[in-house]
Amino acid sequence: MPALIGEILSIPAVPTLSRPLSGWGRYPVEVCEQVRPERYRDLRPAAEQQIARGQGRSYGDAALGKRVILTERVNRLLAFDATSGVLRAEAGATLAEILDVIVPQGWFLPVTPGTRFASLGGCVAADVHGKNHHHDGAFSRHVLAIELILADGSRITCSATQNAALYWAAVGGMGLTGIIGEVSLQLIPVSSPYVQVRHHAAANLAETFALFNDAALDDKYSVAWIDCLASGDSLGRSVLMCGHHAPHDDLPAALRQPTKPGKARAIPFDLPALALNPFSVKLFNALYYRQQSGKTEPFFTHYSEYFYPLDSVAHWNRLYGKRGFVQYQCVIPDSGAFAAVTALLQALSQSRRPSFLAVLKRLGPQSPGLLSFPMAGYTLALDIPLRDDGVFALLKKLDEIVLHYGGRVYLAKDAVLTPQEFRVMYPRYAEWRAIKQDVDPALKFQSSLSRRLELDHA
Amino acid sequence: MRKTVLILGATSAIARATAAAFAAQGFDLYLAGRDADELSRIAADLAIRYRITANSGLFAAEALDSHGRFFTQAIAEMGEMHGVVLALGYLGDQQAARDFSAGAEVILINFTAAASILSHCASYLEARKQGFIIGISSVAGDRGRQSNYTYGAAKGALSLYLQGLRNRLFASGVRVITVKPGFVDTAMTYGMPGLFLVASPQYIGERIVQALGKSADVIYLPWFWRYIMLIIKSIPETLFKRLKL
Repeated sequence: MPALIGEILSIPAVPTLSRPLSGWGRYPVEVCEQVRPERYRDLRPAAEQQIARGQGRSYGDAALGKRVILTERVNRLLAFDATSGVLRAEAGATLAEILDVIVPQGWFLPVTPGTRFASLGGCVAADVHGKNHHHDGAFSRHVLAIELILADGSRITCSATQNAALYWAAVGGMGLTGIIGEVSLQLIPVSSPYVQVRHHAAANLAETFALFNDAALDDKYSVAWIDCLASGDSLGRSVLMCGHHAPHDDLPAALRQPTKPGKARAIPFDLPALALNPFSVKLFNALYYRQQSGKTEPFFTHYSEYFYPLDSVAHWNRLYGKRGFVQYQCVIPDSGAFAAVTALLQALSQSRRPSFLAVLKRLGPQSPGLLSFPMAGYTLALDIPLRDDGVFALLKKLDEIVLHYGGRVYLAKDAVLTPQEFRVMYPRYAEWRAIKQDVDPALKFQSSLSRRLELDHA
Repeated sequence: MRKTVLILGATSAIARATAAAFAAQGFDLYLAGRDADELSRIAADLAIRYRITANSGLFAAEALDSHGRFFTQAIAEMGEMHGVVLALGYLGDQQAARDFSAGAEVILINFTAAASILSHCASYLEARKQGFIIGISSVAGDRGRQSNYTYGAAKGALSLYLQGLRNRLFASGVRVITVKPGFVDTAMTYGMPGLFLVASPQYIGERIVQALGKSADVIYLPWFWRYIMLIIKSIPETLFKRLKL
């Protein structure tokens, strides 16, 4: 009892905390020392090695390390010009916080990943892309400037025109060139919170590719949801979902009133591993395909439903049970894309591992970002539950296919790539490494990902 | 006309969340503290998110002579002041309990400075016959213990001061609310081992603003701390003095 009362009443000021931490895929889990600055000036490197972490929405080990600097409280919106659509904010701010402010004033994010709960800093560090990459490029194309906090504690403004070499190393650099402190972003104008969407069904992969290449169907945003348990003649069966921001004047009267998105439902606990079995996922996929492929007429949907369907279920990663899952995302250059995606889907289908989420997107030309993931071609993203170690053999196989076709794996999703594979997939690594040595010779910024990929040497 | 709330000690996590909760209700803000850079960041953030006016000004709590000038300046900038949230807090370290030279600052910030600035606020609000003063004290002020009795004494004195002020200002229709938070997830408690029943700063901020619409004069946050402290206060002193607290 005295000990309990002592705990209740004494408030020691201990600045750090050690506890298990993981990425959104919940694999791997590591005990990390964590600090959580509340003031901007306290967002700075210590003497030991460290990595900044925003909302932990990368899937693997990118935001894990010996010492993790949580940026969640350094999330102030610093300037917003509703006339020009320029926003400046601290890197801990989430896209959701930004959308809440900008959408009612007629602006939207120029590029958004599939979750609005990512931090601004994370979006820069992973140089994220959206469903519009084939038209609008990656996040870094729309960033006007960042403030980078370097290993020596100095703060430097970088952009495509100022300290450009460092800028192109920092975007996609997974936080390893320094802590991203502030971000200035050019937003895009919208006149409503709605997206006008049109679905097109494809009976197999060849039809899916044909839809992607049909200029008449092309829209600002496009993404194909693939039923990856369909096999044989139906392999690559999909629904292509195309959309663009709906002009206010096109909306039916009922949608012209201001709305607030509903509160997220939550998965309260880890589902047993059995809940997602090949049968249940196959059933879900078949029903979903039937339902979605029927929507051939254009319809209006709120941006949160179009861009962030999974955000409406908090902790959806618990669907995959306690062992978590790996998300696998790769891009294949146009020339071999059809053959590669066929091979990837076949490998997955043969493994009989249910994947809830499989999406295929087109990507446009690569940005100057030295470690930026997107390049011209097709990107396939899969959730693969981690049920047993057989998954790793499957992942190896997928990596081999990607390498064979000259593709690459997305570091923000990856948990298993080897140093050798990484160096083949990211041919500009040597250039990046030279800049890293220049700004962080003592390797103060390290993550579990950088150690796994041996980014401490050439 | 828009109403302004003055936040004293505006850069702490609790103060920031309380300011946000007021801004969400449409109040304008005047943020006061000693860290100009942080104040301007928080003010910009609240102004953008809630589309209100948020100004900030430097407030040196330990410079008691400057308080009158500071308050006059804040009113001049905002046109009026409808309410005040006192969120000054300085924990000091464990040494402060034994070494008075360290403890003196704890008393100065948590009590003397608080009483000084509140005296200016009280006279202003008393003359206007409206408005409120919300003082953030602590459960640590409810009973003295060897581990942090200097901080506890200063917060306990603040609670008494607020009680007296409430009595004085009742006649002029000015609300005085004493807030006693338990564990809140802030830099002050981050990483503390065995921490339990931790409230988020957002929860505390929202409840503080809600308290204005209710009748309670002294609120514990979260509510169950009232009962935890009731038990702790009811332990007989002959037993309490033997406990390692």
